[in-house]
Amino acid sequence: MIPAVYRIERRIEEMPGTFTLSLLPGAREEVVSLRPGQFNMLYAFGAGEVPISSSGTADTPGLVHTIRAQGAVTRALERLREGDTLGLRGPFGNGWPVARLAGRELLVIAGGLGLAPLRPIIYAQLQGSMNVHSVRLFYGARRPAEVLYRSELEQWGRALEVVATVDHADVNWPGRVGVITAPLSTAQLDPQHTVAFICGPEIMMRFCVQLLMGKGISPANIYLSMERNMKCATGHCGHCQWGPNFICRDGPVFRYSDIRGWWQIPAL
Amino acid sequence: MQSFILEACHLDQLIQAIRQHGFQLVGPRLQDGAILYCEITAADQLPRGWTDEQEKGRYRVRRREDDAFFGYNAGPHSWKKFLQQPRRPVWRAQKAAHAMQIEAVVEDAPAMAFLGVRSCELHAIAIQDRVFVDNRFRNESYAGRREKLFIAAVECATAAPTCFCTSMNTGPEVSLPADLVMTEVIHDTEHYFLIRAGSARGEDILHQIPVEAATARQLRQAAAAVERVRQQVEAGPRSFDSSDLKALLYRNFESPAWDQVAERCLSCANCTMACPTCFCSTVEDTTDLSGDHAERWERWDSCFTADFSHLTGGPVRADTRSRYRQWITHKLATWHDQFGTSGCVGCGRCIAWCPVGIDITEEVERVRRLEG
Repeated sequence: MIPAVYRIERRIEEMPGTFTLSLLPGAREEVVSLRPGQFNMLYAFGAGEVPISSSGTADTPGLVHTIRAQGAVTRALERLREGDTLGLRGPFGNGWPVARLAGRELLVIAGGLGLAPLRPIIYAQLQGSMNVHSVRLFYGARRPAEVLYRSELEQWGRALEVVATVDHADVNWPGRVGVITAPLSTAQLDPQHTVAFICGPEIMMRFCVQLLMGKGISPANIYLSMERNMKCATGHCGHCQWGPNFICRDGPVFRYSDIRGWWQIPAL
Repeated sequence: MQSFILEACHLDQLIQAIRQHGFQLVGPRLQDGAILYCEITAADQLPRGWTDEQEKGRYRVRRREDDAFFGYNAGPHSWKKFLQQPRRPVWRAQKAAHAMQIEAVVEDAPAMAFLGVRSCELHAIAIQDRVFVDNRFRNESYAGRREKLFIAAVECATAAPTCFCTSMNTGPEVSLPADLVMTEVIHDTEHYFLIRAGSARGEDILHQIPVEAATARQLRQAAAAVERVRQQVEAGPRSFDSSDLKALLYRNFESPAWDQVAERCLSCANCTMACPTCFCSTVEDTTDLSGDHAERWERWDSCFTADFSHLTGGPVRADTRSRYRQWITHKLATWHDQFGTSGCVGCGRCIAWCPVGIDITEEVERVRRLEG
């Protein structure tokens, strides 16, 4: 499976080192469409590939990926500008189980860059395409300068409940300070009808799962997106194994009740 | 399926018949002090009269007292190197004026014939088929080579102390389909192969070589030779009850056995390279000096390296304890959930080729013992 060539139609600098690319396929390429939670392998010429989740809306013609420059490949992607091309293979993996949300209260819980794979869910709600009772977003970032999609968060706040918090505030931060579990613990929720989608650092997801279960939410109603090293995305290279799961094939979104046993084992 | 007799002195005619069908024949050859799998063009290249001695961390070839062609045990090579190549180009990319271009490296896969495939090795190939062919995505390089493959299996007439095929239900008698199945029999002055076809291609070959119908006595002799090996493996030092391995390992992710094996394991990856089923790979992306031409290569990788589980913030499996646990638990337990079989065929390669003599069967027993 070789990458299709996509062109960068738009590049937005979200914050230093974090950027969002809107991609359109070349004339000869088929248009790939991703369900929320699925990912593509993005190829920077000669540098390699990285798995990146979709951050776009369901109805935009191209693909949207938010990327943080961390290693050699993401730094090469960071240097690309509008009009440049990159390679793309996908879509891979299972997405967020949007079809299981009818009439539910959805908690979207994100930490740091973990908001990127959940942005399509927020858009779907704003566009009225989700059959849910309500959506609430709980978002935590380290610092105000690292709040992802900051201007959008304000817009989203007019249509749905958005709780944002930072670990370390500065004088210009008007909002909450502290980890995301604090506002989550005081949130009023109906455990029988609540479903949670979580994406963020593993330690953050761990505390959120614990807290939600303490509030009576069933492990079958908690979903989280996992990250592991990935080379092929097709279940062949073995790198993303996590117990019996291949993150690329069986995830990256898992139902907590299905993976509970594996979640407890460090360095698995 | 009718069985025939091929006299040992006519083995070369079998080799030439297979080659004349357009196959590149690979088989056992004595080279560099080991019996390796290499291209074979004539019967006199086979390791006739040679065998091996194997134990934990030890492998030596030595002379046999007879002239058996296939009187050796699993060596450092496995057939996977011909199907899942150790290193192969995947795609080439170049920068053009307005866009990059990416082209798959499409291989004209060679039609290969494997001569001397043991039953445990047939099982190993079948296990890799589940990973690369019968999976959601296909590995086209593997699938292309596999589709054309001709297999001449040879049942074991000898066993090493490192063998435990009977514990994994993979041998020694050939228990999966092959194009040809042979059993080598040496009895007094007789030296012949009992041979039967398992496919139309195999039958074609049989028609071209001097064979005659097997007698009841010859059938009995061949069956007895394989039965002797079965008894030898069953009574051997690595024989053990594998029926509860998955449950045992699933219960023991925090066993002190992992700390103990980590004190000896060098995390060198030898076991994963020698293993005929280990399938992990990584990729290398490179450019030439002009920066305009790039290539992607795939190569064998191992879960014993730190890079293997690299994430921002460091490797997920930072220590040898977690890497050995991953390898053996995958091989013997989680493989069942992934592919519906064990990942171990009992060939014993990981035992012989471990430089510090770690024995997978001993480690299982250690987990069991420390559970109490």
